[in-house]
Amino acid sequence: MRLYALAVYAFLYLPICIIALFSFSEGRSAASMQGFTFDWYLRALKNPFVMEALWTSVRVAFLSAFMATVVGTMAALALTGMHGRVRKMFDLLVQIAVMIPGIVIGIATLIALVTVFDLVNPWFEPATGWKLSLGTGSLIGAHGMFTMSLVVLLVRGRMETLDHALIEASSDLGATPFGTFRQVTLPQILPAVLAGFLLAFTFSFDDFIIAFFVAGAETTLPIYVFSSIRRGVTPEINAIGTMVMVASLTILIFAQVLLRRTQAQPRR
Amino acid sequence: MAMTPSRARGLLLTPAGLWYAALLLLPLAVVLIFSFGERSPIGGYAPGFTFAQYANLPARFAAFRNTLTLAPIGTLAALLIAYPLAYFLAVKVTPKWKTLLLVLVIVPFWTSILIRSYAWIFLLGGKGIPALLAHLGLEDIRLLNTPFAVLVGIVYGYLPLMVFPIYVALEKLDKRLLEASADLGTPPWRSFLQITLPLSMPGVLTGCMLVFILLMGEFLIPAILGGGKVFFVGNALVDLFLQSRNWAFGSAVAVALVVVMLVVVALYSRAVKRFGATRDDTGLM
Repeated sequence: MRLYALAVYAFLYLPICIIALFSFSEGRSAASMQGFTFDWYLRALKNPFVMEALWTSVRVAFLSAFMATVVGTMAALALTGMHGRVRKMFDLLVQIAVMIPGIVIGIATLIALVTVFDLVNPWFEPATGWKLSLGTGSLIGAHGMFTMSLVVLLVRGRMETLDHALIEASSDLGATPFGTFRQVTLPQILPAVLAGFLLAFTFSFDDFIIAFFVAGAETTLPIYVFSSIRRGVTPEINAIGTMVMVASLTILIFAQVLLRRTQAQPRR
Repeated sequence: MAMTPSRARGLLLTPAGLWYAALLLLPLAVVLIFSFGERSPIGGYAPGFTFAQYANLPARFAAFRNTLTLAPIGTLAALLIAYPLAYFLAVKVTPKWKTLLLVLVIVPFWTSILIRSYAWIFLLGGKGIPALLAHLGLEDIRLLNTPFAVLVGIVYGYLPLMVFPIYVALEKLDKRLLEASADLGTPPWRSFLQITLPLSMPGVLTGCMLVFILLMGEFLIPAILGGGKVFFVGNALVDLFLQSRNWAFGSAVAVALVVVMLVVVALYSRAVKRFGATRDDTGLM
């Protein structure tokens, strides 16, 4: 049994280790190991295309995660303890958002936005000098729509385990609703909110399929990696991949620590 | 002036509601409407009301066939590999190691599936496993760009998603039942078949449904490891929307995909009612 578990763990980690290992190879071939060097990392970090894609990814991930966290937390606060039609409708929306395959979200957003932009631009462009098109905005919108749903699930889970007597006590003692929120509710849900932000950030940063459709002329890091693989894997790609994995892992471990700290972890 | 609670709720929900309306409901409605339309001569969409796109679905039969054979096989393979591991983690491991080992299962899942998948290009490519097999006298075995490669990628990518729900189900299992069963002289394998397995069914079902649903929309794994020869519905969608720009037909394919998925979810909920599980038992966060 132990041996079996060991084999499964090897299966899970072998590919990851191979990428990390090959990224230090001196040779030009991406699929073998010769010597040891950090050159590919330096080269990746000096490559303007990589840096631009990285910057786009970070910007999109940060802004979409920030907006998703604020809007998602607001919605989760409102939904807690709520009953009736509106609650049912929102639960359904969250479920749809989480269940529909990313690829369908991607194509649906693509054709809907292109159609709307084509309708709006003839009068919007002369009036404002701006032409609406796919790009950072649509990436943030599409990623945020999905990650907001994750934040709602996470924060609502936390809200449901809260001690509501504290909230009632606070308002009985004359605190304003906002005062109660700031002094009683927020400190208790903060770890879940932060964890939601970190998960949202990583999702957006790692997402390929939605971005592939709605990025327009922009290139995110996963799109860059994908098109590079199409042309043939280089050790530089291995170096980028290793850095991306290390970055996502660091963020996620941080998110896990935050979630654990809240105890009564909101599981999904 | 204090707001009434219901007004405050309304204000709190408005941004989320607008976001869903603009970027979830509107896009899905557009897909549905376009699926009844026609392809415009320059690509894109021309208004219309026709069932021609749906009638044309058999043109992409191969994509649906590949998806609907490899997705269940992949799900089953993941289940067979995941169950013993979940059992090991839930029953055999001491609490001291449990958290670490669980985290180690979930870590790969939360890192980019794109990067994890392309690693298999090395392992399955000419210098990888086929070279090892050649040493054993099995020459000329091609693995990359075959259904097998896609299957390996699938199992590899979604294994964590299968382990967790099963683990959660097994963890909840009352160990006293097994002790009682052993005290009554039941051999361990019968206890497993009659107690452990049935009680872990909710986790098994949840894991299978999660993996199967994600597989239905899969694009990356077949694109990277199937080399254009083993394609899924997802690959057909990318082709229809980004290359041939046939939006009307592409929308019909997307609607068909969602319908198949909904059927699976409906079957799942019926099965779950029988076993009494809840959807929140995935334990992924």
